[in-house]
Amino acid sequence: MDLNELIEIKEKERNSAKPIKLRCCLAAGCISSGGQSIKENLELAVKAAGMEDQVEVIGVGCMGLCSEGPLVQVDPDGILYEKVKPEDAPSIVAALKGDEADIKKGDIHHPFFTKQVPIVLENSGKVDPEKIETYIASDGYFALQKALNEMKPATVVDEVTKSGLRGRGGAGYPTGLKWGMVAKTQAERKYVVCNADEGDPGAFMDRSVLESDPHRVLEGMAIAGYAVGASQGYVYVRGEYPLAISRLQTAIRQARKYGLLGSGIFETSFDFRVDLRIGAGAFVCGEETALMASIEGRRGTPRPRPPFPAESGLWHSPTLINNVETFANIPVIIRKGAEWFSSIGTERSKGTKVFALAGKVKNTGLIEVPMGTPLRVIVEEMAGGVPGGGKVKAVQTGGPSGGCIPYSKLDTPVDYESLSQIGSIMGSGGMIVMDDTNNMVDVARFFMEFCMDESCGKCIPCRAGTVQIYRILTKIREGHGTEKDIMKLQDLCEMVKTCSLCGLGQSAPNPVLSTLRYYREEYMEFIKRNVSLNGNGHKTK
Amino acid sequence: MTSSTAMAESSKTPTTAPKAGVAGDNRYKILESTMKRHQYQPDALIEVLHTAQELFGFLEINMLIHIAKSLKLPLSKVYGVATFYHFFSLAPKGAHTCVICMGTACYVKGAANILSEAERLAGIKAGSTTEDGALSLMTARCIGACGIAPAVVLDGKVIGGQTEESLGEYVKGLISNGSE
Repeated sequence: MDLNELIEIKEKERNSAKPIKLRCCLAAGCISSGGQSIKENLELAVKAAGMEDQVEVIGVGCMGLCSEGPLVQVDPDGILYEKVKPEDAPSIVAALKGDEADIKKGDIHHPFFTKQVPIVLENSGKVDPEKIETYIASDGYFALQKALNEMKPATVVDEVTKSGLRGRGGAGYPTGLKWGMVAKTQAERKYVVCNADEGDPGAFMDRSVLESDPHRVLEGMAIAGYAVGASQGYVYVRGEYPLAISRLQTAIRQARKYGLLGSGIFETSFDFRVDLRIGAGAFVCGEETALMASIEGRRGTPRPRPPFPAESGLWHSPTLINNVETFANIPVIIRKGAEWFSSIGTERSKGTKVFALAGKVKNTGLIEVPMGTPLRVIVEEMAGGVPGGGKVKAVQTGGPSGGCIPYSKLDTPVDYESLSQIGSIMGSGGMIVMDDTNNMVDVARFFMEFCMDESCGKCIPCRAGTVQIYRILTKIREGHGTEKDIMKLQDLCEMVKTCSLCGLGQSAPNPVLSTLRYYREEYMEFIKRNVSLNGNGHKTK
Repeated sequence: MTSSTAMAESSKTPTTAPKAGVAGDNRYKILESTMKRHQYQPDALIEVLHTAQELFGFLEINMLIHIAKSLKLPLSKVYGVATFYHFFSLAPKGAHTCVICMGTACYVKGAANILSEAERLAGIKAGSTTEDGALSLMTARCIGACGIAPAVVLDGKVIGGQTEESLGEYVKGLISNGSE
């Protein structure tokens, strides 16, 4: 494979495209409500109407608006059909000839779509994730070609550094700095690992990217491999995502066939292999040292850092670990340049962020917005607020490691610093909206139960601390709490936060601390109820 | 608890190592070729356990012994890994499985009520199987189908927008079939 061949595939794919495209969403959400049979019926309907030379039916990845799925989009008309049923297929095809189809049409001029800036998701809902040619037709693998033939490894690292890209897994560590560290470390073997163990409940960005545009992640990893000097990559993906796994397997096979992975890529001396490792349902494996233990076939327990994976990671070799979304940003940074990328976003948070919108909002699904977009724009304009006109009470970001942001702070822009200032975190991108019917003590208890169950048990602060916090929360919730318990709760949270070994324990108290900070009155209500029932709260157990 | 069930279960099956029972059972050949592909490296333990569970439905204790021997790992290591990860089950599952997602998005939309209704109807707690082996009721951390919450996975198929009634109907259907 060389540049000419790549261009040839691109041209061939573009020329063979038919003038009208019917795009069917075949991501997990839409498939669960019949997406596959809609696609098959559309194909039959196109055939029956004798329109095969003009119309093609394409299975694509996520179009974003999961709550209205299954979705079918007509290109170039731009019509978006929502809640499509398999039996709607003939009328969708008839509508191509000018008839009016009696199917719910989405408003593509709604802020949900217009306020988005798709970079990571630029191909989602457009390319066929099971066909590498469609990715190449969208300039796929051109960035890898450019990096290998026109750039030195150090220049690639520089470009990523200049772009200002920060880790999208949640912590926001500058990606270029991490790459530079691995590149500098001298070793015979190095590894690149893609963390696709998306464990935060309420987050499905990585699943969606892998299901919709898997080649993008592979290309990002290969560029990383070239930049840091690694020839082996692993994608560690959750076992709960069977569709993402199968599409990744297909993508790896196709890329290998074209020589875009394997040895001597683009006729250079660069070799890069990618293998999958399937997780087995342990939240802690999202932590990088635990993840590496799991790849090595061991129990997924974290270890102290340093040494950081950049110095000693997989099998004691220098290892670069980045999140799915981070890798998905790489090809476009190389293709369009660091300057272009850093023109998007805020001063310290560059680029865009993909969020998974869920909970009590009208439009749930996946969105990508520039860093710095106010939460209010996302929740009220894009997501359309609480259905039925209810009031937004809180927005939860960052999953069990994050916090609850109250309505009064809704004007906060989404960037790493602003979110941590108000007691939450950017996290991996889960954003769950809660309304007045959600009790915040219950929410805190829900997350603590999660962390308690998922604690690996290696360090005592996390293993025992989460259990004790959970018990106090239960006691308060059941109306047996006292004011003293609130103090105890706060002390325990501080202890677990400062003394735990890894990110799981260090951030486990966040949901409790943030609800104590903004919704203390809800805790107090339960306590007052106890006092009024029992006269003296101290007597009850 | 799961381990003791597995032990009890294993006493019904031949006590010899699976190797002796290989003849005629293709599943052992597939497992063997998986281990061979990984050159019997201890590092491949999780992949091998995945394959074994896929083939046999669960990991019985003799299977763990067999894998430990093949990969030259102490049984304690294999057992430790098999019990560390939620995905691996040391007890057989029911004929049908119903996994209720308890992720945040499903939770704020009432997954807890759906779960307790399903538990009430099936007469079992989440994480167990009905006595007749008709239904295993389980919970999941988050299946990533938050856009269509509350979601459940029925026999491997994701279904969104569930209510206490809709899932209740399904559970009732299985229970009545099971007792017949």
